[in-house]
Amino acid sequence: MKTTPEVLPEVDLILDRYGRDPTALVQILREVQEPAGWLPPATITYLARRLGLPRARVEGVAGFYSFLHLEPAGRYRVRFSDNITDRMAGNLDLLDRLCTALWVERGKVSEDGLVSVDTTSCTGMCDQGPALLVNGWAVPRLDAARIDQIAELIRDGQPVESWPAELLAVEDNIRRKDILLGSELQPGDAIRAAMARGRQEPLELASNDRSWRERIDTTSLGPTATLEEIKRSNLRGRGGAGFTTGLKWEACRNAVGQAHYVVCNADEGEPGTFKDRVLLAGYGDLLFEGMTVCAYVLGARQGFLYLRGEYRHLLAPLEAALARRRADGLLGENICGQRGFHFDIDIHLGAGAYVCGEESALIESLEGKRGIPRNRPPYPVTHGYLQQPTTVNNVETYCAAALIAINGGAWYRNIGTAKSAGTKVLSVSGDCARPGVYEYPFGVTVRQVLEDCGARDAQAVQVSGPSGTCIDSGEFDRRIAFEDLPTAGAFMVFDGSRDMFEVARNFVHFFAHESCGFCTPCRVGTTLLCRLMDKIARGKGSRHDIDQIYRVSRLLQASSHCGLGHTSCNPLFDTLKRFRPAYETRLESLDFEPAFDLDGALARARAVTGRDDPGAHIGEAP
Amino acid sequence: MSDAPKRKLRVATTSLAGCFGCHMSVLDIDERLFDLLEHVEFDRSPITDIKHCGPCDVGLVEGGICNAENIHVLREFRKHCKVLVAVGACAVTGGLPAQRNHIDLGACLQEVYVTEPSVRNGCIPNDPELPLLFDKVHALHEVVHIDYFLPGCPPPADAIWKFLTDLLAGRTPHLGHGLIHYD
Amino acid sequence: MNVDLQRPVFVLDGVDVPFTTGQTVMQAALAAGHYIPHLCYHPEFKPHGSCKVCTVRVNGQTFASCTLPAQPGMEVESNTDELNDKRRTLVQMLFVEGNHFCPGCEKSGNCLLQAVAYDLGVMSAELDHLFPNRPIDASHPDVLLEFNRCILCELCIRASAEIDGKSVFALSGRGITKHLIVNAESGRLADTDIALTDKAMEVCPVGVILPKRVGFRVPIGQRRFDASPISAQALEDAPRTPAPRARGQA
Repeated sequence: MKTTPEVLPEVDLILDRYGRDPTALVQILREVQEPAGWLPPATITYLARRLGLPRARVEGVAGFYSFLHLEPAGRYRVRFSDNITDRMAGNLDLLDRLCTALWVERGKVSEDGLVSVDTTSCTGMCDQGPALLVNGWAVPRLDAARIDQIAELIRDGQPVESWPAELLAVEDNIRRKDILLGSELQPGDAIRAAMARGRQEPLELASNDRSWRERIDTTSLGPTATLEEIKRSNLRGRGGAGFTTGLKWEACRNAVGQAHYVVCNADEGEPGTFKDRVLLAGYGDLLFEGMTVCAYVLGARQGFLYLRGEYRHLLAPLEAALARRRADGLLGENICGQRGFHFDIDIHLGAGAYVCGEESALIESLEGKRGIPRNRPPYPVTHGYLQQPTTVNNVETYCAAALIAINGGAWYRNIGTAKSAGTKVLSVSGDCARPGVYEYPFGVTVRQVLEDCGARDAQAVQVSGPSGTCIDSGEFDRRIAFEDLPTAGAFMVFDGSRDMFEVARNFVHFFAHESCGFCTPCRVGTTLLCRLMDKIARGKGSRHDIDQIYRVSRLLQASSHCGLGHTSCNPLFDTLKRFRPAYETRLESLDFEPAFDLDGALARARAVTGRDDPGAHIGEAP
Repeated sequence: MSDAPKRKLRVATTSLAGCFGCHMSVLDIDERLFDLLEHVEFDRSPITDIKHCGPCDVGLVEGGICNAENIHVLREFRKHCKVLVAVGACAVTGGLPAQRNHIDLGACLQEVYVTEPSVRNGCIPNDPELPLLFDKVHALHEVVHIDYFLPGCPPPADAIWKFLTDLLAGRTPHLGHGLIHYD
Repeated sequence: MNVDLQRPVFVLDGVDVPFTTGQTVMQAALAAGHYIPHLCYHPEFKPHGSCKVCTVRVNGQTFASCTLPAQPGMEVESNTDELNDKRRTLVQMLFVEGNHFCPGCEKSGNCLLQAVAYDLGVMSAELDHLFPNRPIDASHPDVLLEFNRCILCELCIRASAEIDGKSVFALSGRGITKHLIVNAESGRLADTDIALTDKAMEVCPVGVILPKRVGFRVPIGQRRFDASPISAQALEDAPRTPAPRARGQA
């Protein structure tokens, strides 16, 4: 293209750092975007040429992620977290305040190109909301004073990196510790324990068919012995789906491939969840330890930490932790002196896409593509990253695995309930005195958690976020466990003053915004649900609209491509079942109401013609 | 069958944002019209020139919703007709008039009545007698509940005949291949 | 046939369907002469399962039949009221998502979306139209791009990349803003290397990618789906035996 420069040295610098590897496209785009805050067409063309990719594919990837911009978005890009807990804490008033202070319209770029202000999906700061991101950096605990301060910093053109540390400080708010949060593990403990385990175990565990052990000391039984402990522990995935970790590791280990990969899913996008943020901030070594143990079991040499873009503030500390571990011989070659045990971890920063929390979409994103969930089978354990055997686990799962490597499976299995071994870290937010992170053995009742967090007059709890379950006060004796209320961690409390219809409406908009758009039911259905809920919210709904909500929701549940679509109707089903009056009291009629505001749809014509006579208005049907 | 003469079904028809092509297609059922008149009588319709419809069994509405008057007529039909049928592409989808939906109404009127080269001293009509336009053209089912849809531009006479004879016989109308047409 | 006796079989709506290992339910069904409604599936391309119109039920669970590997003894339900109702809603969703004005579309009568809708007895979109604003691209001298009708089946993307070796088309955006883009910095088709002879020119199931100056040449009554419904015709297109995948110059 004629407009494209021959050489862009600063872009080449980034490309070279990534070895001009197309699988690093998302990382490259993110870094290239930094100086200007957007990706001009010529830059896309240049990147495509340098990476040997079709230009349209590069543009398509950039167009997929919320934090990548194909149009100017301002030198400061302010994005208010818009989870229901942020709403409850008044985020929209603060957004308006900032817009007024900066003379900018929400969703638009200021005329001088300085700033844009808009909302974004939950940024994982629900325990210290309302929160916002500015150029990717989190600013929690917003109030009017902080908003005014931010407006001033932006007007002064202060780079975000130089903003007062107090403004950017994120608190951990750990309220209850158990085996995981209370662990005092030292770096290397779990790896050495896993290696030592092989020397203690009897020989019958040596069912070693193939794996990295072919490259190293074949008499080492550590990997199989450790795998046995993971299986014995009955550890189940903490990301929500609850697949048995030992079986996943075993299937991956047994899968044939040129290389095995260990991937940590730290794309904690479920609204109301932030416990991974706390684990990543304070327990990075435990996580990396767990990943390294997994690599030891699998025979993997490469690991990835897929860190959600909203947690960019954690990138530097985590990189530092990795560097420290390399220096200590806990990553890199011949780990802990074990000849042939090579493993390292790269951090991949996401760019704003909830769907990338789905493991196969995450892998696509890791490969530098649009985050579209793959067709399964085949599953990632056999055909994951670069079509090679890949284990994807949640942050908390790897942390638990590290503990099991040290203390053994039997120890772990004895904690929790019969079907849910171990502990669960909950992210508690909403209407309670002490929001934050709480670790409990599985089996704890909702009532206990409510008591501990100081929730009074709770009418509902959203367990495991919008894709989870909404329960009412009659169900507070239910237990947090796979056999009753499974959860990825979110625990949002709503007191009697909250409108559960608005809660559901917020979640429906979240899913529509985050739908990847691959399949028809989710792409169109989530949008139709938004429109139906907005219509009811305007007081223009009818019984017919509730029927339509059911019709669309059932289709979403039955025919969507992935979990996002399957679960996107949960908030509607749950609230229609438990809080139906919240919908019914808003209805205009039981019969049928138009899809659009009839009188409002004449407003443009009134403005153009200057008419305001009775015939220029439409009232209610007689 | 009872010996008593069967009550004729009362049918009303109208065209909203349409071209009367669907009404022409009704006439295209030709000599079968005589059979039809054995069974139906017309209330409000261009055929009778009755201006407002009373209680009816069936309302056939051609055309979509583009202005305020369309709403009043459609509401009248919905109120008085036990069975309301959207007839033709415009009634079913908004059709040709809905092609303006991506254009701002103000820009559209400006172009037509003011800036278009053949216009001299133009201005956008603002007489209160004129029905005011909606910003978008809508299908009927977006405004009132519709019981049946008869697509086509226009629906072929045979489709109209099949539809009406099914309805008259008390069968759920079913068109099948060759009679369902969106064009 | 003797050959069939040795092949594994699954059951589709009560009828035995023989298959070859590696075939999906859709591929095997079509090859055996059984129609399952579909839009984004095309026998010459690897199925990807985005439109979900081919959804079937197996052991109470629903799957896109085009991507579901056939397995011996599987009991597949397809032609049921419940599934056809879901298919109707999916097709209706596609109609309200775009701007489908059949009377003015030169693909009318040859359009798969329309034909599948006819076959399912869709009389109206029933849902509220979204009326998106999607400007057309008429920049190319020989090809018109009418994005209003795009159903995002990705067949043109697959054809251009896999057979034409060009990658003229790709997707950008996500969710309801997902849209087709072309491989040019200007965003105009005229600045791509598309050619009338490309496979991508012939796979569009609807009226998005159109050669100019040939529209409406076939009179009403002689168009593809005037004669017989798609359920009768789709089988004619299906390879009776698994054909080797066509591959062009990459």
